[in-house]
Amino acid sequence: MGGSGGPCRGPPVKQLKKYILVRALYSVVTLWLLVTIIFGLVRLTGDPVAIKAEAGADAAYVAQLRQNWGLDRPLYWQYLSFVGRLLRADFGHSFEKSLPVRDIYFERLPNSLKLGFAAFLISIVLGVPFGMLSALKVNSWWDNTGKMIALFGLSMPGFFVGLVLIMVFGIGLGWFPVLGKGSSAFVWSAPSTWVTFWVRDWAHLAMPAFALGWYFSGAMLRITRSGMLDVLGSDYIKLVRLKGVPERMVVAKHALKNSMIPVLTFAGLNLLIMVNVAVVIEVIFNWPGVGQLLYDALSNRDFPMVQGVVLMSGLMIVLLNFTIDVLYGYVDPRIRLSR
Amino acid sequence: MATIPVGAAHTIAAPRAARRRYRVLREAPVIPLVILGVLTSVAVLAPVLAPHGKLDPVAPTREQCLAKYSMPDCPYLDNVPPFWSHGGRFNTPLGTDYLGRDVLSRLMYGARISLIVALTGTLFAGAIGTALGVLAGYMGRWWDEIIMRITDAWLTLPSLVFAILLSSVRGPGLWNVVLILALVFWSRYSRAVRGEILTVREREFVKLAEINGIGKLTIIWRHLIPNVMNTVMVLFSLQVGVAVIIEASLSFLGVGVPPPEPSWGLMMAQERESLMEGRWWLEIFPGTCITMLVLSANMLGDWLRVRLDPQLRNR
Repeated sequence: MGGSGGPCRGPPVKQLKKYILVRALYSVVTLWLLVTIIFGLVRLTGDPVAIKAEAGADAAYVAQLRQNWGLDRPLYWQYLSFVGRLLRADFGHSFEKSLPVRDIYFERLPNSLKLGFAAFLISIVLGVPFGMLSALKVNSWWDNTGKMIALFGLSMPGFFVGLVLIMVFGIGLGWFPVLGKGSSAFVWSAPSTWVTFWVRDWAHLAMPAFALGWYFSGAMLRITRSGMLDVLGSDYIKLVRLKGVPERMVVAKHALKNSMIPVLTFAGLNLLIMVNVAVVIEVIFNWPGVGQLLYDALSNRDFPMVQGVVLMSGLMIVLLNFTIDVLYGYVDPRIRLSR
Repeated sequence: MATIPVGAAHTIAAPRAARRRYRVLREAPVIPLVILGVLTSVAVLAPVLAPHGKLDPVAPTREQCLAKYSMPDCPYLDNVPPFWSHGGRFNTPLGTDYLGRDVLSRLMYGARISLIVALTGTLFAGAIGTALGVLAGYMGRWWDEIIMRITDAWLTLPSLVFAILLSSVRGPGLWNVVLILALVFWSRYSRAVRGEILTVREREFVKLAEINGIGKLTIIWRHLIPNVMNTVMVLFSLQVGVAVIIEASLSFLGVGVPPPEPSWGLMMAQERESLMEGRWWLEIFPGTCITMLVLSANMLGDWLRVRLDPQLRNR
């Protein structure tokens, strides 16, 4: 496994380079497969232009679309031009607005990132402390409460949480603005400085972020709990305890750091997933992010737009996985040498 | 255990099978089983149990029409609240929607849709995923490399995003949702099953079977698949919950089950505006149904996982 020459003593730069190269190759292969899968599935399972025509589009317009989209050409040609255009970062033009998909996407992305980041913070604030408490007091009252929170987090669909929030805090109590991003529904009485602007913006963010983060906080709680339990049961923690270190220090100094590694990896992946799957939440709260773009494209039967958004989210996740792999390889020589 | 000799004699005298049955009963996850049992029987018996039809409005009486619209004749009463609220009727216990249809009846028929779609979709996904996972794990080499690369690529997309992509080329429809669920979820099974197979194929009974010259298909069918069924079952029960949420989300977005049918997600989507006007019952009831179904599937999955994996039992 670790090569033939035994443990490597020199500077690990060479190893690391090789490792990064191999991981990069894997990512490229994954990405290519993903693109091929999307191309194949779309051609096999249906015809986007036929769906468009079903909506009552003009026949000449549909024929035009078919030609623009290259659907009258042979399959191999379609595939090559599809991959070729993707290599030039060209996702095609939207059916609906005659703008490049890429431009529309990047215009919306900051909003989604903001929402995703807020939800990410909420999921960590809710999930990590509860997960740790549960692990430290297994089968206690804390643990059972934590389990219930995780279970409900994973079982209540985000859109239901969102609608309940709107009902209780938006309409019932009137604490938070219900729709959109910085609309006039929320009137801030203080003079309009950047602080008030900031507060107003975040007030709009509060409910969608909570609805989105709720689901992931359950997952975070479980990951934290099991990670912490693994570490607490390990030999080095036993040793630290045997040395007579107070329990508080055992947890704070030794267990916490090590148990946070998988949690942070998972959290990083979650952040990206939240940016990409907030479709229903963004629709409910009328948040102008990528998810709403996807929904609009879906209801307008604007296939290139849908495909572009999906491809972008695939690209983001592959890149993140690559980064995580590289970081792990950098930190842990066992991973670096295993291939 | 028992301190009185008579009691002890009784315990010993009781047939072993009966005692085992009692233990299984005592340890069974009561809450999810009850919820699932109720939902399933309601779904099966919907035509018998439902007080009204799923698509037709409830016919109002003359007095009701006069009271609500001050007209002697009206086709239906829309947005009637549940019976305990002011203006509610016992005839429509959970109220009516914007077309005057009975919410309770629609919820009952909705249970059918949710269960059919989630169960069949996950079942197909499980079949495809298990088959490919076994192939990759047992045949090894190129099979393994190709299948697992594809699985990895498949897993990169979040399931909702993938489902939306497929629904954009399939259009709405109940069986389209089943197809989409099968296509999206198989990769989770193949990954887990392949991992299991890698350890099972090194076990002695598999080696012995190979030495005896038994064909590969027989080994797979007789020796490998029964040994990965635990993993598949746990995954199945956990995936059903996710499948219910995906179906509800797709229907909510208008690309799942098409409109006149009473899908829970669709019911919530259609009544989104009415929430602003304070008609909470049109949202809360379907949402609670979805939550209950997913909750019980998740609880059952967790219970199975702990039960089938002794290492997790005290976690």
